[in-house]
Amino acid sequence: MTDRAPQPTTAAANPPVQPLASNLLPSDVVRASAMPHITAPDRQLTKVAKLIDVSKCIGCKACQSACAEWNDTSPEIGENVGLYENPADLSSEMFTLMRYAEYENPATNELEWLIRKEGCMHCEDPGCLRACPAPGAIVQYSNGIVDFIHENCIGCGYCVTGCPFDVPRISPVKHVSTKCTLCSDRVAMGQGPACAKACPTQAITFGTKEAMIAHAEERIEDLKSRGYENAGLYDPQGVGGTHVMYVLHHADQPSLYSGLPDDPQIAPIVEDWKGPAKKVGLAAIGLAAVGAALHGIFARPLKVEPEDEEDAEGLVEAAERRAREDRA
Amino acid sequence: MKRVYSAAGDRIVSHDPLIVRRYGPFTRANHWLTAVSMLVLVLTGFAFFYPSLFFLTGLFGGGQIARWLHPIAGLVMAASFLILFVQLVRLNLPRREDVEWSMQIGDLLSGNENVMPPLGKYNAGQKLVFWGMAGLLAVMLVTGIMIWEEMVPLWQDRFPTLAGIPARRIAVALHALSAVLMMLLLILHVYAAIWTRGTFSAMLNGTVTGGWAYQHHRKWLRELAGRQGEGKPE
Repeated sequence: MTDRAPQPTTAAANPPVQPLASNLLPSDVVRASAMPHITAPDRQLTKVAKLIDVSKCIGCKACQSACAEWNDTSPEIGENVGLYENPADLSSEMFTLMRYAEYENPATNELEWLIRKEGCMHCEDPGCLRACPAPGAIVQYSNGIVDFIHENCIGCGYCVTGCPFDVPRISPVKHVSTKCTLCSDRVAMGQGPACAKACPTQAITFGTKEAMIAHAEERIEDLKSRGYENAGLYDPQGVGGTHVMYVLHHADQPSLYSGLPDDPQIAPIVEDWKGPAKKVGLAAIGLAAVGAALHGIFARPLKVEPEDEEDAEGLVEAAERRAREDRA
Repeated sequence: MKRVYSAAGDRIVSHDPLIVRRYGPFTRANHWLTAVSMLVLVLTGFAFFYPSLFFLTGLFGGGQIARWLHPIAGLVMAASFLILFVQLVRLNLPRREDVEWSMQIGDLLSGNENVMPPLGKYNAGQKLVFWGMAGLLAVMLVTGIMIWEEMVPLWQDRFPTLAGIPARRIAVALHALSAVLMMLLLILHVYAAIWTRGTFSAMLNGTVTGGWAYQHHRKWLRELAGRQGEGKPE
């Protein structure tokens, strides 16, 4: 029997050389789409997080290459549309994307190049999971990772409308929804995500959520001492916090960073319809069906009696006669 | 006698026993196609609507196939209903007697149909189903196309706002709401046909008995008899 892989606490750890068993098990799922009743796991994994310090990012796209490499995706070769982004958008073949924003800071009158690594935020309260109609297609593990289980996915695209960050993309070839997995397969084997491992400036770090928050605080203090007084951590509470967090120099204006939502939340219309409205709708249909059945059993049916047939013949005769007379 | 209460093709086909033709073969086939596509839509739609009904996708070979089939069945249904609509719309326009009839609906439900005002080919309930279905189907068609994931790339450049996520969130919710209302109408439609004995033969053979016509659609029957008395060619 091989040992279980350790829970990773850093992206820098080297792969183990001895064979290890996965340490991210189906029994570690705490929430699954369209499955309201999940047995509580018998253990709680340590919450993990990826921290992206945008102030340290040099925009080299090593993370993108590492992501495509590890996940074996092949983004289509595109055309230069006048942007640094390549490809132009996230896709089912590109789970993470460097976004480049040019910002003229009115306070300093300087041009700032704000680079952000876009991808799944691994929300504590995932909108995609709530919106998904396919049982078990989207799961959340007790360490906070939100993962898409492709064999259960039906490719309907509801997760796209559920996500507050516009992240999931449906593969036009495989008809399944795709996004960053936080390298759940690497984490299962005690490794950090590929992007974090590849990052040359350690702008991307990985570890327990607690350790990442502590690390972020150091970084924020440093940034503040350098004049970025609004530096802060992006761990939006509107979605219960996220397991991918940013250190931003302008944490007061997240939207400067290529439209990072200022206050992301699951859209009320998604929440309402996926919550009480669905139950009310089903109950209404059920009541109507039961009501009809009860009426059918207890009320008298509208029946045509033999007298009615006679009356009908009388009416037809009379009407025909009248018409004939009119004609004559 | 001009046709006011009846459609072309409606006629008395036999006097003893009295049998009246209500729908021709084309209209019946059209209704059957609508009904079958509706059944596919209801079963697959319910699967997406509520988690504990997801097993219904098994009838079609799984979730992926159900997801693929649902919008196609939707297009068939929409086209089929449109053809039905054109044939039935004239006699489903509201008339004065519909108001009276609706006010006396309580008498009908408690079994006193004799006191109801005489009607043409359709009563107000049937007209409600007709117009309700037509309106809801239009909403479902538009919202359904908006959330048809595979097809979005074909039109998103032309209508970027409608293809945007906020619009599609509304479309998903509206699609579900209209589906619920449509299910209520469908239950009304099917149950009314069960409750009113002798109705299904109109769907199967296209004919009803004279007594059925006399009891439920007297003005329709009278007009047909009058026209036949005049010797109008059919």
